[in-house]
Amino acid sequence: MTAVDIDRINIFMAVRRAARPARRSAFSLALPLLAFLAVAFVAPILYLLVTAVANPETREVLPRTLVALQDWDGKSAPDERVYAALAEDLKVAKDNSTAALLGKRLNYEISGMRSRVLAAARMVEKSDGGPYKEKFVQLGQEWASPETWAVIRRDGASFTPYYLLTALDLRQAPDGSIERVHGDQAIFLDVLGRTLFVAGLVTLFTLLLGYPVAYVLTIAPKAIAGIMMLMVLLPLWTSLLVRTTAWVVLLQSDGIINDILLGLHLTSEKLQLIFTRFGTVTAMTHIQLPFTILPIYSVMRAIPATQLRAARSLGAGPSSAFWRVYAPQTLPGVVAGCLMTFILSLGYYITPALVGGPRDQMVSNFISVYINRDLNWGLAASLGVVLLVVTLAIYLLFLRLVGADKIKLG
Amino acid sequence: MWLPSYATPSERLLRTLVVMLAVAVLLFLIAPLFIIVPLSFSKDPFFTLPVREYSLRWYEDFFGNARWMTAIFNSAVAAVATTILATTLGTLAALGISRPDFPARRLVMALLISPMIVPIVIVAVGSYLFFGQFGLTNTRTGLVLAHTALATPFVVITVTAMLSTYDTNLTRAALSLGAPPTAAFFRVTLPNIMPGVVSGAIFAFATSFDEVVVALFMTAAEQRTLPVQMFSGIRDQINPTIMAAATLLLALSIILFFALAMLTRRRAR
Repeated sequence: MTAVDIDRINIFMAVRRAARPARRSAFSLALPLLAFLAVAFVAPILYLLVTAVANPETREVLPRTLVALQDWDGKSAPDERVYAALAEDLKVAKDNSTAALLGKRLNYEISGMRSRVLAAARMVEKSDGGPYKEKFVQLGQEWASPETWAVIRRDGASFTPYYLLTALDLRQAPDGSIERVHGDQAIFLDVLGRTLFVAGLVTLFTLLLGYPVAYVLTIAPKAIAGIMMLMVLLPLWTSLLVRTTAWVVLLQSDGIINDILLGLHLTSEKLQLIFTRFGTVTAMTHIQLPFTILPIYSVMRAIPATQLRAARSLGAGPSSAFWRVYAPQTLPGVVAGCLMTFILSLGYYITPALVGGPRDQMVSNFISVYINRDLNWGLAASLGVVLLVVTLAIYLLFLRLVGADKIKLG
Repeated sequence: MWLPSYATPSERLLRTLVVMLAVAVLLFLIAPLFIIVPLSFSKDPFFTLPVREYSLRWYEDFFGNARWMTAIFNSAVAAVATTILATTLGTLAALGISRPDFPARRLVMALLISPMIVPIVIVAVGSYLFFGQFGLTNTRTGLVLAHTALATPFVVITVTAMLSTYDTNLTRAALSLGAPPTAAFFRVTLPNIMPGVVSGAIFAFATSFDEVVVALFMTAAEQRTLPVQMFSGIRDQINPTIMAAATLLLALSIILFFALAMLTRRRAR
């Protein structure tokens, strides 16, 4: 390293040092918001991630059983010591009324375990002491099965992949290998696929309908363009719930759209429009259109009109002038608008809940059901993790291609 | 009028079709919003047009119902608290991030914007589970915290946009003339960026006032907001009183929209 290089480095370091107070004071202004978001936004999401793998039930309810299971060979039914520990744990569980909690947790992996655990807890309470092995097996052959015990031992871990696997239609067999779930229980990949499909469809429709609007906005006389812009921005400003309400009303069987169709003799009987895929996609397209139009418009506005004229005067036909000169330049706006709409469409909850049928419910709706109705927080959180990962992947793509500072409002 | 003189007939036809399509799409955008207005003034409890007889009965029903009134009150309180918090935090952050020597600006900006991106259900469920640990679910505090997180990106974006056109020499001049930093901020910087701050505040207010999903998870009957009340109403059995509520929300949106438009125009001037 020459002396000049060292001088350069020293100067560079000195400049950075000199700039440090300014950097620090600039950063300190953003600090309150960053700290607030850490608590009120990032922490809840991290908590959701932990909930997706948390596994407290078996550890808390069966501490003695898990200790006794430590030196079980895993091949045959465990010995009396384990059953005695289980009986002891279930007695305590019965007193604390935590047996149902354990039953519910084990039931996720082996169906029928809930009633078996509750029956065993009742049996233990009434029984006047051991040996317990026989008494448990009398209740059900499953208590002698190594598979049951393997699952109990596995669920003794602090964290479980169970919920995340379930959210991807996978499960862990008692021997630990991961396999695909088939039949009635394999619903979540279907839901995820449906969410992606609906989001894709909505993105495509907003692009097809929005592109001409953005274009006409750039060529219309100023006064007319102002009114047109108003018609794009006003829906954006209206609450999502109000817009969804409007569609609920429009799509009713005795609603306005059916009236118009009947009046025009386009159909002879009332069509089922609400609670259908058609209704969901239509309402979502309506709600998302401004998000696609605005970025395309702001890019189109910057393309000089003279370019198309130049292309034409140099001999390009109308279609090749459009496709080879104009369209490629609008691509950044198309990408920004479509990615934005796709990202937002993935998270739709209100509109599918009110306008869609059972087959149109998206990942968000299932998350809500598992929180509110089934009280299965682990599965709700895992579905949330899947949705979050997909969304963030597309957000990263957006940041790379477009940039966060390009997000504008109106 | 919008075509060059050398346009071919087919090009003229195509252009006309594109304009017609755009007009149709604009009608598709705007018409559904205004369908609810006449329905809310209808005397009949059906959702068909034309309205046979007008009346104010659904509005009487709305304003006479304690549940709707509580819901409006709850929404207003949450929205005002959210607006104050989000505007303060967001404006400060925007001031910092707009300085030329802000470190890792792209990364911080991506983080600050992310509440707009993360699916709302995830924010709702995360808040429900996390704030539940501190007894903040079914409280107004919990709702305001979650709504503020959702509203701050709007303030950051509007104030940052405003600051990009603000001449920082004005602040420097004030400082060099001996103004203390706080005086320079409140008497020089803030008045100049006020339109941006007020726009951000309007966005923050609307974000909280219109928000359904987080409110659905974070509130019980006593804190129930107007959108939650509407949502459960539509879910059970949609009735015309909901049309009255929706019309009032629409009117509020239009008022806020024009307030914002006026601010933007003043800024442009």
